[in-house]
Amino acid sequence: MMKSKSALLVGVGGQGAILTAKVLVNGLMKAGYDVKMSEVHGMSQRGGSVSTQVHWGEKVNSPVIGKGAADIIVAFEKMEAVRYADYLKPDGVVVINDFEMASSSIAAGLAQYPEGCLEAMESHFRCHVLKAEEIAHSLGSAKCMNIVLFGSMVKALHMEDVVDWEAVIAETVPEKFRELNLKAYRAGYNAVER
Amino acid sequence: MDRHLLSGNEAIARGAYEAGVKVCSAYPGTPSTEVFEELPKYKDSLYCEWAPNEKVATEVAYGASIAGVRSLCAMKHVGVNVAADPIFTAAYNGVGGGFVIVSADDPSMHSSQNEQDNRYYARSAKIPMIEPADSQECLDFIKAAYDISEKFDVPVLYRTTTRVAHSKSLVTFGERTEHEAAPYVRNTRKYIAAPANAYMNHPKVEKNLEELAAYGCTSPLNKVEMNGTKIGVITASIAYYYAKDAFPEDASFLKLGLTYPLPMDLIRDFASKVEKLYVIEELEGFMEDQIKAAGIDCVGKELTGKLYELNPQLIRERVFGDKAPTVDVGVKAVSRPPALCPGCPHRGFFYTMSRHKDFVVAGDIGCYTLGGSAPLNALDSVVCMGGGFTVAMGMAKAFEMSGVTGKKVFGVMGDSTFFHSGMTGAAEIIYNSGNVIPVVLDNSITGMTGHQDNPGSGYNLKGEIAESLKIEEILKAYGYKNVIIVDPQDLAAMERAVQDAVNSEVPAAIIARRPCLLIKRIKHDIGKCVVDTDKCIGCKRCLGVGCPAVIVENKKARIDRDQCVGCTVCAQVCPMGAISREEK
Repeated sequence: MMKSKSALLVGVGGQGAILTAKVLVNGLMKAGYDVKMSEVHGMSQRGGSVSTQVHWGEKVNSPVIGKGAADIIVAFEKMEAVRYADYLKPDGVVVINDFEMASSSIAAGLAQYPEGCLEAMESHFRCHVLKAEEIAHSLGSAKCMNIVLFGSMVKALHMEDVVDWEAVIAETVPEKFRELNLKAYRAGYNAVER
Repeated sequence: MDRHLLSGNEAIARGAYEAGVKVCSAYPGTPSTEVFEELPKYKDSLYCEWAPNEKVATEVAYGASIAGVRSLCAMKHVGVNVAADPIFTAAYNGVGGGFVIVSADDPSMHSSQNEQDNRYYARSAKIPMIEPADSQECLDFIKAAYDISEKFDVPVLYRTTTRVAHSKSLVTFGERTEHEAAPYVRNTRKYIAAPANAYMNHPKVEKNLEELAAYGCTSPLNKVEMNGTKIGVITASIAYYYAKDAFPEDASFLKLGLTYPLPMDLIRDFASKVEKLYVIEELEGFMEDQIKAAGIDCVGKELTGKLYELNPQLIRERVFGDKAPTVDVGVKAVSRPPALCPGCPHRGFFYTMSRHKDFVVAGDIGCYTLGGSAPLNALDSVVCMGGGFTVAMGMAKAFEMSGVTGKKVFGVMGDSTFFHSGMTGAAEIIYNSGNVIPVVLDNSITGMTGHQDNPGSGYNLKGEIAESLKIEEILKAYGYKNVIIVDPQDLAAMERAVQDAVNSEVPAAIIARRPCLLIKRIKHDIGKCVVDTDKCIGCKRCLGVGCPAVIVENKKARIDRDQCVGCTVCAQVCPMGAISREEK
């Protein structure tokens, strides 16, 4: 039996991690996997640190994992990669958006944004770093940053054969954003090396 | 067969539909809210509503049960505290149509003020409890819950946790089975909870529990998975899946779905077949304590602990000492606590409060709880829904009795909370001459739970136009002769309103009114503020408003264009006039 896989999508409330998880999950379902997904709603959404977990395999038990159990982290913001790094397996893979968002304490000058987030992650894990925000902007809207990151994730995890991801994206996103998101997916896929 | 990826909450709604439920009432509360957000999908077959609070919701659902139809109410764990009164008596009276109360607990307090374990409500109210572990069970077990409610003539507590309610897993649908109500006949012996009837009902309640315990020994809700005889695990709810991942493959499981009353004969039989028995459950040792009291040897809480959520890795570590290796990357992330959104109408009010060191402010549950966070730091207490006005009342009376002068006491809550349980507090302040200024932060929506309508918003759960209750008319009717309505985003007006209320000769109340920017049906005036860096002197006064869009870099203020909505609160506090809103 295939061992189940765990992905952790982490970022700041409002960055669109949930849509990314939805695309991933729709594709995995289409491919016939058992899938479980966990997210937290409510107060944590208001500009807080958010994480969405997706697990898939022939049979999945727990919808959530603890520390040291994730196969991949997709970080929508680079400090969030550091925050959740201890959830990764030591041989885990990371996709990081090279993008910085100050927390309220940093914005207020009460704390410093930590130096060297990317370097710290790269020295411990197999990392794929991209400027997803810039790529999304160049495609016409920062809002498709989440699908840019998804494209990178598919490449990093060798998942292109799981299902026709472009078809899944086309089915999942609203029609008027379809072309934008397909471009975003391809750009994200091509933005990272394997 | 079609598979749908549903959250537990969505699956509960689907299950209620399939079970032929006809009347549903709830008050929103994380993590229960989506059960009712999903129900309007089935509005051709059932009635669903947002009630003003959980007690009302429970009573409406119970009334429908008395009238013979299957009914549903849902709430977060602390909502059951509000609804406890009718639940305990409904347990004595029994039901007409099946009656199910969904309680969504929140281990780890992702969005809650405490970590109470509502399984004790089932025990205390003496009603059966069902706990699903995933979304398919959320759907299937709710149908079983209605059968049990009717078979045993009793309300059923349907308990989920955040991870059951919000995790998504694959679900196969069934068909709706209509449940026809028996013709209504007045039954005073059954439904009038007068002492003489209650006296006769209590023995029935006790006997019911014995019969339910026996029923649980053969119910398909409780299932034995024998894999080996060395280790046995008794578990329920999401902890079942955690334990499945954490324990070795040859461990046997007794997975309980009907968790109160416990099927002790089944448990005893299972225990006799294994060498070592574990009880794996989140929060309290609810099952473990009862199993131990029945003289059955087991271990649980001494290993797993009572605090916060579990997960497979934590169980493996705490039960077997097997900690998964982790990597410390050597860089520490700065905490990212939630904050009032850019453009949040509450910001102007709390900024005004923060400028007065003699103000004491009792807060409440909602987005505006964040008014207590840095840099606003404008709250003295937050206790419970509706507690803002009344905790303020007690503090004001204490100051009076202990001779403390020079403090001005405010009680603060949102519009939905006002309708939930603030109105009684507003009456208390008038009735007992409280030296308190009640403030309603009216943003025209129930915000923190994700934008549900309420009696003041003008719409109902189904999205239909509804009667909109006017908070000012209610307060005036109570005797607040000076009701001040103000736009909190206008800081000068906000300050004048506060001074007016503080100096008022007659009872005063404030309504700080501006709709939440996230309400989609309203067209908002969105713009962008910019900083003139030549004028900015780096005094950081703008940081005092606590807006996520305002940043100070290289000793100058900067406004993040992606986040700013142009509310101008930061511009109004700038002493140099360095911040302005761009012309369109």
